[in-house]
Amino acid sequence: MPEQFPADCVGLVTPQRMTFEQPLELDCGRTLPSYELVYETYGELNADASNAILVCHALSGDHHAAGYHAADERKPGWWDACIGPGKPLDTNRFFVVCSNNLGGCRGSSGPVSTNPETGTPYGADFPMVTVPDWVRSQARLAEGLGITQWAAVVGGSLGGMQALQWAIDFPERVRHAVVIAAAPKLSAQNIAFNEVARQAILQDPEFYEGRYAEYGVVPRRGLSLARMLGHITYLSEDAMRAKFGRELREGKINFNYDVEFEVESYLRYQAENFVNHFDANTYLLMTRALDYFDPASTHDDNLAAALKHVTASFLVLSFTSDWRFPSNRSREIVRALQDGNKRVTYSEIEAPQGHDSFLMPIPIYRDLLRAYMARVAGEVSA
Amino acid sequence: MSVRSELALISEWIRPGTRVLDLGCGEGLLLRYLRDTRGVIGYGLEIDPDNIRGCVEKGIPVIQTNLDEGLKDFDPDSFDYVVMTQTLQAVRYPEHLLAEILRVGREGIVTFSNMGHWRCRMELALRGRMPVSGDAGLDWYNSPNIHLCTVRDFERLCTNAGIDILERTFIDDGHRRRTAASLLPNLLGEVALYRFKQAAGADS
Repeated sequence: MPEQFPADCVGLVTPQRMTFEQPLELDCGRTLPSYELVYETYGELNADASNAILVCHALSGDHHAAGYHAADERKPGWWDACIGPGKPLDTNRFFVVCSNNLGGCRGSSGPVSTNPETGTPYGADFPMVTVPDWVRSQARLAEGLGITQWAAVVGGSLGGMQALQWAIDFPERVRHAVVIAAAPKLSAQNIAFNEVARQAILQDPEFYEGRYAEYGVVPRRGLSLARMLGHITYLSEDAMRAKFGRELREGKINFNYDVEFEVESYLRYQAENFVNHFDANTYLLMTRALDYFDPASTHDDNLAAALKHVTASFLVLSFTSDWRFPSNRSREIVRALQDGNKRVTYSEIEAPQGHDSFLMPIPIYRDLLRAYMARVAGEVSA
Repeated sequence: MSVRSELALISEWIRPGTRVLDLGCGEGLLLRYLRDTRGVIGYGLEIDPDNIRGCVEKGIPVIQTNLDEGLKDFDPDSFDYVVMTQTLQAVRYPEHLLAEILRVGREGIVTFSNMGHWRCRMELALRGRMPVSGDAGLDWYNSPNIHLCTVRDFERLCTNAGIDILERTFIDDGHRRRTAASLLPNLLGEVALYRFKQAAGADS
């Protein structure tokens, strides 16, 4: 019943699916003979198809970016704070598209989907995918939707990197790129965190070299450890202190290794939740795609050279308390754009919530995004 | 002070189609003016989030920057002009920033409120109060302005730093460029505007 949704919510949404029969050559050298992408759209595509925005999701995100799948769904899509009527990505003006990345586990072709050649799930046989692979796969989605140029490609974290890749690989198809809480490549520390997360999964006795589905099990312990570790890096120390401090669950210490502190309870809850809806092979693939992301690597490590043919205007945003992808990483992107005389606006948003800030309804962040997107809407007469 | 006349005067100094970096660009009024009247492209640097949003609303590319950290993200000679209006007095290291302006830009343009103006002198001489030009409603202790100077002070700094003044003009308290202000700028000029470059052979 849409009546119960707020006026600025897109309401009930239904995921859609597009099948691509043309083979997709991947960076790893393998080819997907065909693939499917599941996606959602919000708002209406205008007559000249100029008002489309592509939203790219982060590591554990999916195509469900806004609204609800059912009236009793507990939480809306992951970026409902910014997508909807009157919101920064205003669905009264824009046609917003969000797809689950290839290799994902929420409906697009990936480890849990059926391999058409064998009739069984791909599992560990799903090829490794990269950010450029995702962009190529989404380019066909754009064609299928009749969109020759995105008014903007927008994303946070890994999604921001994808937006950057879009602007590099298809300059003529991206009018604006909005790159939030991202980096031009991962640091050694970032890769180290990913590696620990992967090792947790790989060393779980129930991982079975990725063939756990064939054994009817899930590497729950590994995946939940990976998620716990990830979560620590998504929050700032201040945010954790504010949220949990050293609060004890039972008000006293019990001299055991059960949940004693509230923060432990939170991490276990997040992990438990995650394990129930996320696939371990996908987690491995996504973290590797992050590790490999480095558009400058093919240009003598010169990011400005990699961005040479970019024509999109950029909005780059970072958050003061984000230590996973701190502001100086965003500045590297800004500097490379500025070296090439590209149009770029950059702001470092004062926010205590850490890397996860990009998902939150922080007023100065939303206002700035709203102002930028209003300019974009004006340009494409949306 | 008249913002519009200041913009117009700066605009006269800037060749059409050039690249401009505006330090402390505020809401992007100057860059918009230069874009619309001179076809100039460039970036604004600004620290205040409300001002940044103001730039975004006007479609002016702006990069959040703390000028006290210099212009380290910019290559030498990457702009035709580096402009700084009414900001010199608010930075921590004006001398260093002037050097940075001339490293990054082929020419620099700076405007500031002249503390040698007769009204400022009266304020100090007769009332014994520190002048706080340019800051409506602010006092000496809460003003962002920490390096106020006079026309003579600024020109002395330029001499010492090996900076050639190419052009200068003054706006009097009638918000106009007047001959009188040009004759006695340090006394009658309320706002001073300078265009300058690195002196040949001088190494900042």
